[in-house]
Amino acid sequence: MTDATFQPAVSGKVDFTSPKAQAHLRKRYAVEKRFKAYGLTAIGFAALFILFLVSDIVIKAVPAFTEHRLTLTLTPTAERVAAGGKTDRDTLMQGDWIAVVRDGVGQFFPQVTNRTQRSKLYNELISIGAGEDIRDTVIADPSLIGKPVRANVLLSDDADLYFKGRMTGRNERNGGGLVGVSGTSDTVSITSGINDFAAELARVRSDLQVAARLAQLEATRLRTALETVVPDRRAALEEQVNRQIGIVADLEKRGRSVGGSETLGDNTASVLVKINGGVIKLTEIGNEKASGTVLIPLKTATEAKAGEWQILTLTTPEASRKLSDQQAAWLDRMKDEGLVSKTVATRIFTSGDSREPELAGILGGLAGSALTMLVTLSLCLPIGVFAAIYLEEFAPKNRLTDLIEVNINNLAAVPSIVFGLLGLAIFLNTFDMPRSSPLVGGLVLALLVLPTIIISARAALRAVPPSIREAALGLGASHQQAVFHHVLPLAMPGILTGTIIGMAHALGETAPLLMIGMVAFILEVPSSVTQSATALPVQIFLWSDLPEQAFQAKTAAAILILLVFLFIMNGAAILLRKRFERRW
Amino acid sequence: MNVLSQAEFDAPSKGIGMADGESAVTARGVDVYYGDKHAIKDLSVDIPAKSVTAFIGPSGCGKSTFLRCINRMNDTIPSCRVTGSIKLDGRDIYNKALDVVQLRAQIGMVFQKPNPFPKSIFENVAYGPKIHGLASSKAELASMVEKSLRRASLWEEVKDRLDASGTSLSGGQQQRLCIARAIAVSPEVILMDEPCSALDPIATARIEELIDELRQNYTIIIVTHSMQQAARVSQKTAFFHLGTLVEEGPTKTIFTTPRDKRTQDYITGRFG
Repeated sequence: MTDATFQPAVSGKVDFTSPKAQAHLRKRYAVEKRFKAYGLTAIGFAALFILFLVSDIVIKAVPAFTEHRLTLTLTPTAERVAAGGKTDRDTLMQGDWIAVVRDGVGQFFPQVTNRTQRSKLYNELISIGAGEDIRDTVIADPSLIGKPVRANVLLSDDADLYFKGRMTGRNERNGGGLVGVSGTSDTVSITSGINDFAAELARVRSDLQVAARLAQLEATRLRTALETVVPDRRAALEEQVNRQIGIVADLEKRGRSVGGSETLGDNTASVLVKINGGVIKLTEIGNEKASGTVLIPLKTATEAKAGEWQILTLTTPEASRKLSDQQAAWLDRMKDEGLVSKTVATRIFTSGDSREPELAGILGGLAGSALTMLVTLSLCLPIGVFAAIYLEEFAPKNRLTDLIEVNINNLAAVPSIVFGLLGLAIFLNTFDMPRSSPLVGGLVLALLVLPTIIISARAALRAVPPSIREAALGLGASHQQAVFHHVLPLAMPGILTGTIIGMAHALGETAPLLMIGMVAFILEVPSSVTQSATALPVQIFLWSDLPEQAFQAKTAAAILILLVFLFIMNGAAILLRKRFERRW
Repeated sequence: MNVLSQAEFDAPSKGIGMADGESAVTARGVDVYYGDKHAIKDLSVDIPAKSVTAFIGPSGCGKSTFLRCINRMNDTIPSCRVTGSIKLDGRDIYNKALDVVQLRAQIGMVFQKPNPFPKSIFENVAYGPKIHGLASSKAELASMVEKSLRRASLWEEVKDRLDASGTSLSGGQQQRLCIARAIAVSPEVILMDEPCSALDPIATARIEELIDELRQNYTIIIVTHSMQQAARVSQKTAFFHLGTLVEEGPTKTIFTTPRDKRTQDYITGRFG
C-alpha cells in the first residue's frame, strides 16, 4: 500500500506537520506527478506518430497534385482529324489528334527522323492523352480546322518526373570561359580558355573511387567464395576473381589520377553542354578540353563567350533512370524554349483509372465508394435502427433475445474478410448478382456495419432518460407513440453518430471488396450500382502495386483523399452530436 | 395529540366537505408483488372525488407503488404483478377489456422530478390532446393549451414564449408545466408522486396553492414525504407502513388524534 499509516502525534488529533505526515503527503503528490507524466508521454508518442504518418503521406502526395505540360501552337489539319471532310462531333472524336500533337512537337526537332528516335520522343515523352485539349477546343469550334491553335499538351509521367526532379538530380551552371567547338554534329570536341570542366572531372573521379570501393567489396566476396567452391568450377571462379581485381585496380588508378582526362560512361553522372542552340553529351572530359557526341545539332560552330553556354549535370547515371540523356536534352530544350509550364493537376479528381499514371484519377474509385456507401447506408440505417428499437423497446427479455444479443456482439467482432467470403458465396454464387458491382459491395459492407449500428443505436436508446418515456406513457401515449415521438428523436444524434462511424469504417474497408471482385482494373467511372466499379481503398491497393514511379505519388494522394473523407465523416459525427445533443 | 397548529388545518379544510364526496377510486384487497417481493399487502382504500388525498409513510412503504397501480404504470415493469380490484367510477381498471391508453388519459400523473419533453412549451401541453384527438382544429388546440396553462397558473409567465423549450423553464415552472400537460387531456384523477421534492420552498408553495385550486375540478392523490405538506393540502390522509395501509381518515383526525401507535410515532417524527 502506498497509503502508509502514521500515528497521530497527539491523541485524537493528527499532526500534519510531522515529518512522517509530510513524507506521506510528498509521496501522494509524487504519485500524481508520475501518473501525469505517463499520460503526457503516451499522448506525445501518439501525436508524434500521427504527425510522422500524416506528414509522410502529404510529402509523398504533393507531386501528384501538379503536372507539367507543353503549350504549343498546333495545326489540326483536315486530313488528320476530319475524315471525309465531316466536322461533326463523332467524326472529330475519332480524329488522329495525337498525330496533330506530334506534328507540333516535331517542328522543334526536325533532325529526329528515324523510327527509334521518333518513338523515344513522341511515345515516351508525350502522354497518349496529349491530344485531348486540342480535340476539345476544335470540337467546340470546328472552324479552327487547318488554322493554328494554342493548346496544352500533357507530358508523360516520366517527363513530368524529370521536371519535378524525381528522375535525376539536375545541376546547371553557366560556363566560365570562352569555348570553341570543332563541329555541329556527330562527335565534337570542346576547348575552353580556362579549366571549366575541372569540377566535373573531380566529381567523376570521386564517383570512380566510390565505385572502386564497391568493386573491392565484390572482389572480397568472390575470394571468400573461392574457399568453398566445388573443384570443377574453381578455375572459372579464379578467373572471375582476377578480373574483378583488375577492375578494382583500374578504377582506383583512374580515381586517383591527377590532370589528364577521363571517360564518361553509362554508370557515371551525365554531363551535357548546351551551346550554340545545340546539346553535346560529353564522353571524355579533361580540365580544359572535353569531347562528346551531339544530341541536338548546333546551329553554328562559332566560339561561345562566358555565360552563353551551360554545363548541365544529371547526377543519376543514365543506366539507372528511365529517360536517356537524349530525352533529357529534348525536354530541356523544350523548357528553354518556354514551352513547359507547371500547373495544378485537376485530372486526379476528374478522371477514372488508367494504365498511364499521368492520366489516372481517383474519380472512378470515389464514385464506386459513393455508390457502395449509398447502398450500405440505405440498407443499414433502417434495418439497424428498427432492429435496435425492437430489441431495446419491444422484444420480450428471454433466452432467444439474449441469444440474438450475444450473436450481434459476436458479429461485430468477425473479421471483415469473412463477410467478403459470405458475400461471394451468397450474393454472387447463389443469387448471381453482378460481380464487381457497388450493389454487392454495399450489401457486403452492410453486413459488416449492421452490428455496429445496432449496438450503437441500442446504447443511444438506452441513454434516453426513463422519465421522458414515463411522461409520455403517463399522458396515455401508447408504447409505440412514446418510442417514436419522444425516445427515438432524443436517441437520434447518438444513432447517427454510430452510423457515421460505422460508415467511415466501411469506407476504409478493402478486404471484403477484394473477395467480391471490386479489385478489377476499371477505366469507366461507374454511374449505377450494377456497373463494375472499384472503391477508393481498393484503388489505393491497386496503385500501390504498380511499378511506375509516378504511381507512388498517386497512391499517396489517394490515401490523402481517403483520409480527408474519413475526417469529414468523423467531423460530421461530432458536429451532429454537438448540434442535437439535448439536455434534460 | 396535537402536533400541528390548528391554523395550518383551517385553510385547506374549507372547501368541499369530506362527507359529501363520493369515491372516485376504490381499492379492495390489493396485493402487489415485484417478483418474489410482496410490496403491498391486502390494501383497501377509498379515494373521495374532487378532493386531495395524501399518502404518507416512510420510504419503501409502498405508497408510490400503489399510486402507480392506479394508472397501471406498473405494467411497464415486467416482474410486477397486481391482484385484487381497483375501480375507477365503478369500473375495474385491471379488466382486460379496458384500454390502458384510455385509462391513462383519465388518470393523469405528475412525477417526482419535473420531466417536460425537450420540446416547446406549446408542444408539451398540446401533446396529450393531439395523441387522443381531442382538438379538431389548430385554434381549438391553442385554446386548450391556453386553458391548461391558465389552470396550472403558468400562462402569465410563459404566454410570450410558448415556442421556448420546456426544459428552459425553472424547476417550479417545469413542474407546473407538467401539471398543465396532465390536465390538458381533462383527466378525472391526477396522481402526484412527491411533486415538490425537487423544488425550493417558494416553488413548493405555488404548487401547493395550485393543488388547492385544482381540487375543485379534479380528484387528486398526492404522495408526499412532508407531513406539513400533507396537512396543508389534503383533506384525507392515508398512512402506509411496510406495504400495509395502517390508518386512513380525514387529515385533521390523522394529524390530531391518530388511532394507531405507528401513525403517531411517524407524524411526531419518531421514525421515518
